[in-house]
Amino acid sequence: MNNPVMTASGTFGSGQEFSEYVDLGRLGAVVTKGVANHPWEGNPTPRVAEVYGGMLNAVGLQNPGIDLFCRRDIPFLSQFDTRIMVNVCGHTEEEYCEVVERLAEEPVDLLEINISCPNVREGGIAFGTDPAAVETITRAVKRYARQPVIMKLSPNVTSIADMARAAEAGGADGISLINTITGMKIDVNKRKFVLANKTGGMSGPAIKPVAVRMVYQAAHAVRIPVVGMGGIMTGEDAAEFMLAGATAVSVGTANFTDPAATVRILSELEDYMRRTGTEDVNELIGAVTE
Amino acid sequence: MRKKEEGTILSQKEIVPGIFDLRLEAPDAAAEASAGQFVNLYLDDPARLLPRPISICGADPTEGALRMVYRVSGPGTGTAELSRMEPGRTLSLMGPLGNGFPLGQAGEGRVFLIGGGIGIPPLLQAAGELLDLRGRSDHTDVILGYRDRNDFLAREFEPFGHVAIATEDGSLGTRGTVLDAIRAENLHADVIFACGPKPMLAAVARYAAEEAIPCWISMEERMACGIGACLACVCRTKETDGHSNVRNRRVCKDGPVFRADEIVF
Repeated sequence: MNNPVMTASGTFGSGQEFSEYVDLGRLGAVVTKGVANHPWEGNPTPRVAEVYGGMLNAVGLQNPGIDLFCRRDIPFLSQFDTRIMVNVCGHTEEEYCEVVERLAEEPVDLLEINISCPNVREGGIAFGTDPAAVETITRAVKRYARQPVIMKLSPNVTSIADMARAAEAGGADGISLINTITGMKIDVNKRKFVLANKTGGMSGPAIKPVAVRMVYQAAHAVRIPVVGMGGIMTGEDAAEFMLAGATAVSVGTANFTDPAATVRILSELEDYMRRTGTEDVNELIGAVTE
Repeated sequence: MRKKEEGTILSQKEIVPGIFDLRLEAPDAAAEASAGQFVNLYLDDPARLLPRPISICGADPTEGALRMVYRVSGPGTGTAELSRMEPGRTLSLMGPLGNGFPLGQAGEGRVFLIGGGIGIPPLLQAAGELLDLRGRSDHTDVILGYRDRNDFLAREFEPFGHVAIATEDGSLGTRGTVLDAIRAENLHADVIFACGPKPMLAAVARYAAEEAIPCWISMEERMACGIGACLACVCRTKETDGHSNVRNRRVCKDGPVFRADEIVF
């Protein structure tokens, strides 16, 4: 990768919409919105709500399906000098494996397996909250994968270290965290749920301390690389995740506040390095001291 | 590359209780804005991350100014904070976003511009552009629906066509809905453009289907990115959409204006 700044799945589409605002070639990787073996319609609206210092979403992994994705989105992204990480979702082990197998022949650099979406009833988080299930799905996906497999973990667990170790035991090449934290918002005047799905995944700077803690714990539990994310708004936030043990970081909700947030964060990270006399960004990985 | 623009507030006033008229110096957006498009306004508050998508009520490319008429949706919703911003303050924005009304479809026919509540402002720009396009105002009927006698912008439509008003409480114009006003005044159209609350749009779409009148409606939905990436603001469509590959279209990017007969209410 050119640099450690990537996009967080679901906040950047497949890059096309953002390419009007960001030179995608400056990003370490574009991580696509989750794609399944067939098109998913997603949840009813409203799908988003703002909360203090963050937001809730319950999009429900609407996606065009792997066929259209391979025909349209991969060729688009291939024009840019960036790595392509495809986020894969499914309802069942077979569905995940079908997508991974389909991607084996595609010019894709990395796979991120979404076992942590809180907004779909089957699949998603159901695989990501039990260590045995994490290990099983990781092992299954690895059988079909040609590209390195990053397992995307849920923060809605008691021990993130157990989940990280389970992914490593299943053969994962890396882990990414955190996905969103399950939340809820109620309109007290209407006495109704704000989201049609009642619950949604919380993201944004309000969850950053939780994410930094979990990245730190996960990074200490495994030897494989960790991709850190959760409320990164600035270059210093990115540095914080790397100090906690992340090898790379993903920028999510910040893309909604400024479509050029990724490249701004990258240049702020470079400023931070200059200011602190850091020559190689990899020096930051896990460099927090007591 | 497109990017956020730093605008400056020229003026802001409350025109009726809870409805604010904001003029913003934003030359880039003003140069491109056409009727039915919107801008994302950013509150520059780390606790409020999401942009507020606000429809454009008018654009003056020569002055580099945009006009937005919006409702304060409640305390602490962001629009309340926006309404307290003074002239001279900078405000970042992005836009224009979305597709806008296809006013060329009006041809020489009789047009209804139907607006309800806070859906009325974008129709003012549409009315002006329609007059510029056709050079006549006698084939345009503007039908505006309000809750009560606190009407806003109604008089500003007068140079652009015949204005009919409906109020829920009957304190102004026809008592009832915009469709009641259309029937009461025996108005007829060949093309309809509408913007307003969902129940009004559903009723207008039904009316247009019954009368076989081509109709375009501007939809509203909770948004996050505003540029078609996050898939928050979708509306249900009858047919599978080419981009999403499901029966959903993005209000911010494919809309906000859609053919009424595409939409499932």
